[in-house]
Amino acid sequence: MSVLERTPVVVLRDAAKHFGPVKALNGVSLSVAPGECLGLVGHNGAGKSTLVNLVNGTFPASSGEVTFPDGTQGVRSVFQELSLCANLSVAENLSIAHPDLKGFGWRGPARAEILASLDQVFPDHGIHPDTEVDQLTIAERQMVEIAIGFAPRGGAARLVILDEPTSSLDEGIARQLLSHVKAFCASGGAIIFISHMLGEIFDVSSRIVVLKDGVVVADRPAAEFDRQGLVDAMGHVAPEGPQTETGRAALGEVVIRAEGLEARRGEIVGLSGLAGHGQAAALARLYLAQTSDWRAGRGARAVFVAGDRPRDGVLPLWSILRNMSVSVLARDAKGGLVDTGAERRLAEVWQKRIGIRTGDLTNPILSLSGGNQQKVLFARALASDASVIVMDDPMRGVDVGTKQDVYAIVRAEAAKGRTFLWYSTETEEVCQCDRVFVFRNGEISAELTGDDITEEKILEASFEMMEAS
Amino acid sequence: MLARYRILLPVISLAVLLCLTFWMQPRAMSYFGLNLLFNLAVPIALATIAQMMIIMVNDIDLSLGAFVSLVACVTATWLNDAPLIGALILLGLIASYAAMGAVIHTLELPAIVVTLGMSFVWGGMALFLLPTPGGASPSWIRTLMTIKPPLIPMAVVAAILIAALTHILVIRSKIGTVLRGVGGNTRSIARAGWNVTALKATAYGLSGLFGVLAGMALVGLTTSADANIALRYTLLSIAGVILGGGEFTGGKVSPVGAVIGALTLTLAASFLSFLRLSPDWQIGAQGAILILVLTARLLLSRKGAAT
Repeated sequence: MSVLERTPVVVLRDAAKHFGPVKALNGVSLSVAPGECLGLVGHNGAGKSTLVNLVNGTFPASSGEVTFPDGTQGVRSVFQELSLCANLSVAENLSIAHPDLKGFGWRGPARAEILASLDQVFPDHGIHPDTEVDQLTIAERQMVEIAIGFAPRGGAARLVILDEPTSSLDEGIARQLLSHVKAFCASGGAIIFISHMLGEIFDVSSRIVVLKDGVVVADRPAAEFDRQGLVDAMGHVAPEGPQTETGRAALGEVVIRAEGLEARRGEIVGLSGLAGHGQAAALARLYLAQTSDWRAGRGARAVFVAGDRPRDGVLPLWSILRNMSVSVLARDAKGGLVDTGAERRLAEVWQKRIGIRTGDLTNPILSLSGGNQQKVLFARALASDASVIVMDDPMRGVDVGTKQDVYAIVRAEAAKGRTFLWYSTETEEVCQCDRVFVFRNGEISAELTGDDITEEKILEASFEMMEAS
Repeated sequence: MLARYRILLPVISLAVLLCLTFWMQPRAMSYFGLNLLFNLAVPIALATIAQMMIIMVNDIDLSLGAFVSLVACVTATWLNDAPLIGALILLGLIASYAAMGAVIHTLELPAIVVTLGMSFVWGGMALFLLPTPGGASPSWIRTLMTIKPPLIPMAVVAAILIAALTHILVIRSKIGTVLRGVGGNTRSIARAGWNVTALKATAYGLSGLFGVLAGMALVGLTTSADANIALRYTLLSIAGVILGGGEFTGGKVSPVGAVIGALTLTLAASFLSFLRLSPDWQIGAQGAILILVLTARLLLSRKGAAT
């Protein structure tokens, strides 16, 4: 095979990346040769994005090495989230990533180059290079971004990383992209193609690499995989023993029915599927619908446990105690003043119940580890009287021990009749639920209950199983 | 395509106000009258451009008025008495503005707080230089500001020049494009390999440069300075940028619009005097004009979004 004779564009040797105690990537060896289209698949948190960021140099490897035998020029990334400057025109966005366009008269060449690239990848695209990006539809923006990735930009693209490039494109446009990818590889370019559409992966890849828990579990030519084999390889998270059904209260009446899902009293409802398929947005809408009624008065029906702690969780300047009690200040107040005695008693009770490891509750919240900060947020929510607890992927970056503690608390609280709405990107957590709604492309693609909640069923429902063609 | 029309509203606002002024006071429709109407608009236009450079990179400058006052004091004292040292001081002020931008970015400080703090520093230095109003304008600045070009008054020529030059700098040039990109999506600029700290310093440095020009132009008109001479420029400049079609976030700015916005604000003050409105009511009425124009813009943009 001629592929093997060429110098690879990028070689990873035992590359690993750790974020604190979290091992996002745990020793990956991989190389991409010119003319090759590498399909990269894996479930959420398998390390795909980390791998991409190592290759495009967003951050260095913690150990091992990432080398480019012919240098890093011509290595491009098309990111999953849109990363154009919305206030600039299409041609101006190209020029930002094009070091040679400067001095007078850079506009003409920029227009010509982006137009040529758009024409090549997406014939009949109908995008004018002088249009400001915020006037374009999401799909058109994605097309511009892809075209900038393939544009020569004073050299030539040698390796283009496409991270979920078709998620916002319709089928016809996606097919144009796939045929361009094939042509690009045929002319000696290399591609790393990440997609949740298995049909597309089979369509364009010459080789498929399966990542799981930060390691490569399979790396074979595409022809040696079939659909089921690929889903199997992406794999199993061994369930944490059989779920204990004992001690769980019989499910009560339906307390929430919205967004196409419903939840009963005492039920743990999971929202699953691949990250970014509308779960977080549905959860936020649900929560706001429960709590935004200004006539409701004190004591909201629902409380929120944030997963993105810095953004919508901790109050970074406050102590552990105050972070915990903020949800119940109004309830426990005496004549409009904070009852500091009750506040302290409450915090001490919850410190014991939930096991927050600190000597002094008046320490600042940021003195705690991430897992313990998360426990404080759980305590904040559970200390309130709310009957519905909304959890937005709260276990992100939390160690295993803490997770087990929290699962136990969640089960105990559900048994007391509280309802949990739990969005999680980890299948193991979703398996803790009584009922699971799997999201795909912003819609619920499956509802699973009881014994149907298995890794395979969730994977099957979250991946597009149909042909890309 | 909507971007093409963004400039229309400031132009229409200015035209309507100009027509009303001429209708109230037909004698203003002359070389001399126009010069009187727009004379004070030149420093305000320069200050508005200075503010626009900061708003362009998603920050806001609350120290601009104090900074222009300080520059005016330096111009009326050092630049007049010892031109070389005066020029060095002004260059130093521009450099300190650039440094302020770099510090705000690297330490991730909120610009609104830093510039508010710096406004007291500039104000203190201005008071130190000129505890009582005084000083004198360097004669060359005075000559420049009172020059009488044929046909079109100096104030109008200056406004057109400022608008044209800053349009080339901000909209047409590569560096201006990248700076607007910083306001649009900082991460994507950083990913494309630009040094964002240097870019922010450039934007702030440009703001300092135009702030210095504003202070010098102001002294050229008033012939003397005092430490509080331009304090109201802070809010006037922000209003000018917004009136001119700029947005507070997202790097959407228009230099031509900003200059027109500054002209509109200056004209509004004169118009209200022509109405024989008591000065007590004038600031409120100026605010009302601002609200009116912004309402019109909001309605237009809603309509644009609906179609």
